[in-house]
Amino acid sequence: MNWRKKTEEVVAREIMRFSTYSLILILVFIIAVIFVKGFSSLTPDMVLKTPQGGFYYGGEGGVLNAIVGSIYIACGATLIAIILGIPAALYINVSLTRYKRLKNIIRFFLDALWGIPSIVYGAFGFTLMLLMGMNASLLAGIIVVALLITPIMVRTFDEILSTIPRGLHEASLALGSTRTEMAYRVLFKQGFSGFITAVLLAFGRGIGDAASVLFTAGYTDLIPTALDEPAATLPLAIFFQLSSPIPEVRERAFAAAAILTIIILIISLAARYLSARYSKTNLR
Amino acid sequence: MNSSVITDTNLSEINLGIRGNGHPPIVSVKNLNVYAGNHHILKNINLDIPKNKITVLLGPSGCGKTTLLKCMNRLTDLYHELKVTGDVWIDGDNILKSNDNIAALRQKMGLLSQRPYPLPMSIFKNVAYGIKLKGIYDKKLIQYNVEKYLREVGLWEEVKDRLHQPAVGLSIGQQQRLCLARGLAVRPQIILADEPTSALDPISSKIIENLFKELKKNYTIILVTHVLRQAVRLADHVVFMSYGEIIEEGAPADLFKNPATEKLREYIYDGN
Ligand SMILES: Nc1ncnc2c1ncn2[C@@H]1O[C@H](COP(=O)(O)OP(=O)(O)OP(=O)(O)O)[C@@H](O)[C@H]1O
Ligand SMILES: [Mg+2]
Repeated sequence: MNWRKKTEEVVAREIMRFSTYSLILILVFIIAVIFVKGFSSLTPDMVLKTPQGGFYYGGEGGVLNAIVGSIYIACGATLIAIILGIPAALYINVSLTRYKRLKNIIRFFLDALWGIPSIVYGAFGFTLMLLMGMNASLLAGIIVVALLITPIMVRTFDEILSTIPRGLHEASLALGSTRTEMAYRVLFKQGFSGFITAVLLAFGRGIGDAASVLFTAGYTDLIPTALDEPAATLPLAIFFQLSSPIPEVRERAFAAAAILTIIILIISLAARYLSARYSKTNLR
Repeated sequence: MNSSVITDTNLSEINLGIRGNGHPPIVSVKNLNVYAGNHHILKNINLDIPKNKITVLLGPSGCGKTTLLKCMNRLTDLYHELKVTGDVWIDGDNILKSNDNIAALRQKMGLLSQRPYPLPMSIFKNVAYGIKLKGIYDKKLIQYNVEKYLREVGLWEEVKDRLHQPAVGLSIGQQQRLCLARGLAVRPQIILADEPTSALDPISSKIIENLFKELKKNYTIILVTHVLRQAVRLADHVVFMSYGEIIEEGAPADLFKNPATEKLREYIYDGN
């Protein structure tokens, strides 16, 4: 009788073990390929210089323009997403606690926005720019990426806020908080690790997305100095160089990919550290 | 009133008069009904809570004790499915009808729930939180009050060296006393305690019980409990509920020795 349970147990455990480790293996494999292929091009020049003459045919220079452009766009867009996202997520969880249906409708729309492919955002942004007579620019890129990542930000933060026990809401209201005080002084703190996760996801999506900035931010070999100038981005730098017939240039695409991966890893580590540090006071 | 017509309602009003015996009620619940869809959770509750006494709410699980407490500080607002009608008078204010500044009205009552919910901040800030909400920002005054209320619940000696550490690091029993301290710090008149000892060990429970005996000099306490012995130890007034109705109420000596209804008798003897 017992052997059935035992085999069941073993099989289930092995399946879980296999899935977990194969995911990690895939990640390691991807990173390895990028670094091996890009290694010889991953020089200080690559990170410290903008493209010089003939860069795209194997000449001197680096992708500093794209690194700076990507960071500008991702930071600008994340900032907008935070400014819009915090009140929105808190609103859903505080003012709408009584209105289940409205809450579900809003969540449905946000999920739908999350699911729209980024090329659609890019096309939408492009249309809007034409209507407003704007050129491809840092500002346009920031706005479109912000549109892309705000729903991610709101929904991720919202998911965490919605797990906060009702008892904590009750406790803070019973002490005499208004709903706003409860939202910003208690729930925001309690959901802080979720907030950090939300920022991280939004930033990661923003810095890595190519389709939304393709038409809106443009591309340039220069480092943008104003919001109305075009800006290069790492995903597009990868895309352009990878489509080159020259092997050295394709190698540089992998170096750029490695740089993008490193930026994302640094942000993830920082986020983990921050959320561990600031959620020590939280109810578990 | 025509005394020859004695209806159910004025009978209970006469009872209210007798029960008060000199103690003016501080909370007065009138014709309170709570519905959740078709479910009639509280059925025409009329209840007076005597001042500076411990009133114990007893009754089988699901009879509406927690809901009754939540009506008193209008935490029912948080639940869209609940429909509340009737009046709850507290110190001259109709809690259920008042629309302005419900936050300030809630400060007339401190809440102690079944399990402690420390705010996500330090021990000190947990107590300071409500004090600041009252508009007190003077550092010295806040410090003075934090110490005062932590002493009042007997927690000061245990936490004075780690005031700035997270409150969640305390044991459950300590957390519950912290929650009591932070509730007292907003200077309520009434303490609403919903099975405050059910998650605690016997020693912590004893501490809370003894605190309540002290606190009733200055506060009115409404206590929900499932522990009959606790009710006997603490109650000045007992309210027995079943299926959303008040079945019996009175002094504990009368009620426990000679229960007038079959329901209460069953509840008392099945509990043992
Ligand atoms: N928000 C709600 N929506 C629907 N029904 C509810 C809600 N809150 C309470 N009820 C119902 O009201 C009844 C009374 O609940 P309440 O929590 O007040 O009981 P209680 O006397 O405190 O029970 P216990 O001793 O188990 O804590 C229960 O039948 C419960 O299912
Ligand atoms: Mg209850």
